[in-house]
This record gives sequence, C-alpha cells and structure tokens, in this order.
Amino acid sequence: MKSAVIVFPGSNCDRDMAMALAGALGHAPRMVWHKDVSLPDGLDLIAIPGGFSFGDYLRCGAIAGRSPIMRAVADFANRGGLVLGICNGFQVLCETGLLPGTLMRNSGLKFICKTVRLTVETADSPFTSAYDAGQPIDIPVAHHDGNYVASDALVQRLRDADRIAFSYQDNPNGSSGNIAGVLSQNRRVLGMMPHPERRADPDLGGTDGRALFQSLAKALISA
Amino acid sequence: MKIRVFITLKAGVLDPQGKAVLQALSAMGFDQLRDVRQGKVIELDLDESDPEKAAAAAREMCERLLANTVIEDYTLDIQQ
Repeated sequence: MKSAVIVFPGSNCDRDMAMALAGALGHAPRMVWHKDVSLPDGLDLIAIPGGFSFGDYLRCGAIAGRSPIMRAVADFANRGGLVLGICNGFQVLCETGLLPGTLMRNSGLKFICKTVRLTVETADSPFTSAYDAGQPIDIPVAHHDGNYVASDALVQRLRDADRIAFSYQDNPNGSSGNIAGVLSQNRRVLGMMPHPERRADPDLGGTDGRALFQSLAKALISA
Repeated sequence: MKIRVFITLKAGVLDPQGKAVLQALSAMGFDQLRDVRQGKVIELDLDESDPEKAAAAAREMCERLLANTVIEDYTLDIQQ
C-alpha cells in the first residue's frame, strides 16, 4: 500500500495532503517532483495537491498538466491506478483530459475562501465509500477558478453514470450542475475543488473530510 | 516567422471577466455596448520560414497546450 504526492512549483497543499494521507494510511506518502519522469514502484495512489502551480499562468493547471511526471500519472490512471486531485489538482486532471470538463473563473469573479456544505452524491467509489450517499458534509473551499464548466449533455451523462461525487448545496462559484467533485469513467480518478485534507483533523476545525482518506485506506487494504 | 494566436471563449461559454469589463464600461458611460468577451493574444516567434509548416506547428501548440478546446477557440494571424 503505497501513495505519492506530486509536487509542482507553486503547490501549497502538498504537505497538508501528505499529513492527511499519513493519518489514514499509516505511512508517509512519497513526495514526487514534477520534473521526474517516472513514479516510484508499486504505487497504489497518487494525489495531486492544491496550490497555484506555475502561478496559474496561461490557465490554471495547464502548464502542470504537461509536466514530465504527468505522462507517468496518466499511464498510471489508465492502468486503473487511484488518482486524487484536490483544487489545483482537479484543474490539472481536467487539463490532462483524465477528467471531463474544465474549471473557469468563479462566476462572481471573487476568490472564495470559506467552508461550504456539500452533499455526498455517491458512496460507490474508492474515495467516498466511508460516507453515506446523501450525507451533508462541511469542507472548505479556497479558489478563484472553481467554476466547473460542462455542457448540459455532459452533466446529464455524469449524473446518469453516478459520476458526480460531491455537489454544492449552495453553489458558490457557478459550477454546472452544482458539481463540486467528479469521478472518471472507471471511478478510480476523483477531482474536487473543496479541500477534505483541511478537515481531516479535529485541531483544524473539523473531521468531515477524514472519511475520504479512510475510504482510500479501505480501498487500498482490500486491493 | 511570427504568428499571433488569438484565443477566445467559445460562443455560449459564460465569460465573467468580460461581463465585469462590460459593467465597468457601461458605468463609464459607454452605453452602446451590447457585450464584451475577453480573450488572449499569444505571440510566437518560430524558427521556420515556410508559412504552412509554421502554421501547422502553431496549430499543434494550440491543440496541445495554448488553448483549452473544451471552452476555447483559436485563430492564427501569420505575419511575414
């Protein structure tokens, strides 16, 4: 059971992610620099953390999405590996095409930094199995470009395939279909704008995010 | 050879920044404005003298990095 966190210039939630993973998995993840071209052997899970990789130049996640390591991450995902992208990590996964849709400037134009209430839309994924479907959870968001843009047809397809992992109860950023987190077709890749790693320790104000990491621990043990 | 790449949001994609610029211009008294859309211009300087080859390279750059074709269109202006 091995995990890794990819670190880009401008990542700033990489150590929060490492702490949350270590807490749930019982071991520290490997930190992998974006210029590496290969991943450590035997990985089960890759996390792409939040932050402002490459200063959000061109588009959020665009440059990071073409970093040398991302080719290996895409191969890993295509082989069925687990990939979790939070915030900027979600933007990176959309930019690489591992998840559909894209993230644009918040509809209200302002940077939003607050705790929002989400609904867990599905418990049928390695990321959400420790939640109940329909469960409300409070998780912080901190983003300027968190407006998930998908066509009506795509939103419907995601809904029909039960690929919406989390939705906003009170949409803060204009996201299509109130989508806060989305799963890949094989349900092994999750991207989400809110930060569960910031709500995985009572000392940080809450533990509603912890079940996501516990879900992963469960998935990795049973794998 | 220089190529200017114009990247614009596809029709129908909401452009909150364009909307904010529209509101500001309207507040300044430019009341004939119907809409504002904001995009990007990227200037490429290529070591290539064949315009067709240069354009093909620029198009590949747009497809692979410069534009997000989910939401953006691009056009090229090839400058001799």
